[in-house]
Amino acid sequence: MAFVGIVRNRIGIEKEIDHFLDLASNSGLIYIQGMNAYLANDLEGFGGYLTQNINTEKQADTLRRSIEDLLYRKTLIPESRGDVLKLIERMDALLGQFKGVMFRIEIERPIIHVMFHDDLKNLNNCAVQSVEAMTLSLRAYFKDISQVADHMHKVIFWETESDKASTKLQKAIFRNEKLGLDTKMQLRDLVKHIDRIADQAEDMADSLAIFVIKRSL
Amino acid sequence: MFLFFLSSGMFLGWSLGANDASNVFGTAVGSRMLRFRTAAVLCSIFVVLGAVISGSGATATLGKLGAVNAVAGAFVVAFAAALSVYVMTRARYPVSTSQAIVGAIVGWNLFSGSPTDNDALTKIVLTWIACPILSGIIAVLSYKVVAYFIRKFNVHMFRLDELTRYGLLIVGALGAFALGANNIANVVGVFVPVSPLNDITLFGVLHFSPTQQLFLIGSLAISLGVITYSKRVMDTVGSGIFKLSPVMALVAVWAHSVVLFLFASQRLEQLLIGVGLPSLPLVPVSSSQAIVGAVIGMGLLKGGHNIRWKTVGGIAGSWVTTPLFACLISFILLFVLQNVFQQTVYCAPGFVGTPSGIELTQRPSQ
Repeated sequence: MAFVGIVRNRIGIEKEIDHFLDLASNSGLIYIQGMNAYLANDLEGFGGYLTQNINTEKQADTLRRSIEDLLYRKTLIPESRGDVLKLIERMDALLGQFKGVMFRIEIERPIIHVMFHDDLKNLNNCAVQSVEAMTLSLRAYFKDISQVADHMHKVIFWETESDKASTKLQKAIFRNEKLGLDTKMQLRDLVKHIDRIADQAEDMADSLAIFVIKRSL
Repeated sequence: MFLFFLSSGMFLGWSLGANDASNVFGTAVGSRMLRFRTAAVLCSIFVVLGAVISGSGATATLGKLGAVNAVAGAFVVAFAAALSVYVMTRARYPVSTSQAIVGAIVGWNLFSGSPTDNDALTKIVLTWIACPILSGIIAVLSYKVVAYFIRKFNVHMFRLDELTRYGLLIVGALGAFALGANNIANVVGVFVPVSPLNDITLFGVLHFSPTQQLFLIGSLAISLGVITYSKRVMDTVGSGIFKLSPVMALVAVWAHSVVLFLFASQRLEQLLIGVGLPSLPLVPVSSSQAIVGAVIGMGLLKGGHNIRWKTVGGIAGSWVTTPLFACLISFILLFVLQNVFQQTVYCAPGFVGTPSGIELTQRPSQ
């Protein structure tokens, strides 16, 4: 019976973690689509993507709780479960950030001048790429620990790019004499919010690097 | 009366179960890979099987050390060993039952004036040094091999967790079997020469010799010790010396089991002799020393920084004091039993130590 139980638990948690990481990856893609829709002034489309992202985040939350429950109730991977839970929670927080930025736009409906569109798209891309690289790192952490480093350096790369894009965009916003200070500050906060996604992904990568050392044979 | 005297053997068996089960499953329970209940049940079953099927090899060597030839003497020897182990278990040290029984037998030899077989004693004491070293070496080599395969096959974290749990169950069962086979000699070995039990045949098929009956009773006592009192020492072995990862825990139990098996298997001995290789002596080695050697070996492999040397020092100290303490207790109790309770604790050479033999020795003084 013990043998059957061990197999069942293993298959269950592997599927749930895979599905959770799929949702994390999807969330980034939905975010990009939603932001592009907003910049194209397609508010209906944006609303649809926002709803989609809210549902994705809800599913991810449910999965996170289920993973936590399985890890603790079945005492799986006892030596690493604290680390895994921390990573899953942080990844869930990243999903929340995508939703948070979209919600902010939905509430504030900021006017984004067309001259900022390319830079904003670039910033969005950097944020999503950093999370995507983090998702791949996390998959490797579970499946093939030797591959983690190959993905993790990309997180750091995209975070640096995100910082550059954010600084460039903020400079452009504040040097534009046509915009009022209120609009400038509103856009700056939005840019910082997006940039924080890549920052969080990088923090997560730093933690993951230590967890990898802990698991090294 | 024999059953009353055997009670000290039961006490020793219980102490061994309380102490040595931690050697087999301590690392698994300590690293939370197995639940205590699962470990205790599995350990109990395989200890009984190991003792009854394969327990006679090490018993013979222990018998050579000093053939305790009176049942009251055997009672004291087992009791002194049990008391030593119990005291150390209370202090949470993974003490060696083998050392305790050897110390107690030497105490009997000193009291009775019987010569101690120096060859057998040297053989046993040498294994106390060789056992942890051998176990450490086997652990390090095994860990290297396991780590190589895990890296080569990119095992998924949860798959590895699953495989490690299977491994701990299987290797733990093997370890419990080896423990029963090797250490049952400690528990009831001293009663074998004085046993009045007769052959039993169950259902016309299952034949139990008197020795096997003793082994069965002893191993049941070990099982009781495992179930009722082994959890405390498991915690010390599992995480007290060095924080083990589950894979390391598996390798530690494996190394421990291999060492116990090497020193208990008559078949292996015959096989080695058969192919012209030197064989290992069949002696009751300490499972505590085997597991501690394995854990330290892997700690050293990882650089040795995280080994709690204070705990190791405490354990090593208990290995020195245990045989001396058991020897002293044995000597004192033999004196008390002989002079206060007027019991025959040893027979003069030439008499057999069965109850009838004891009557013969008592007759002239009556």
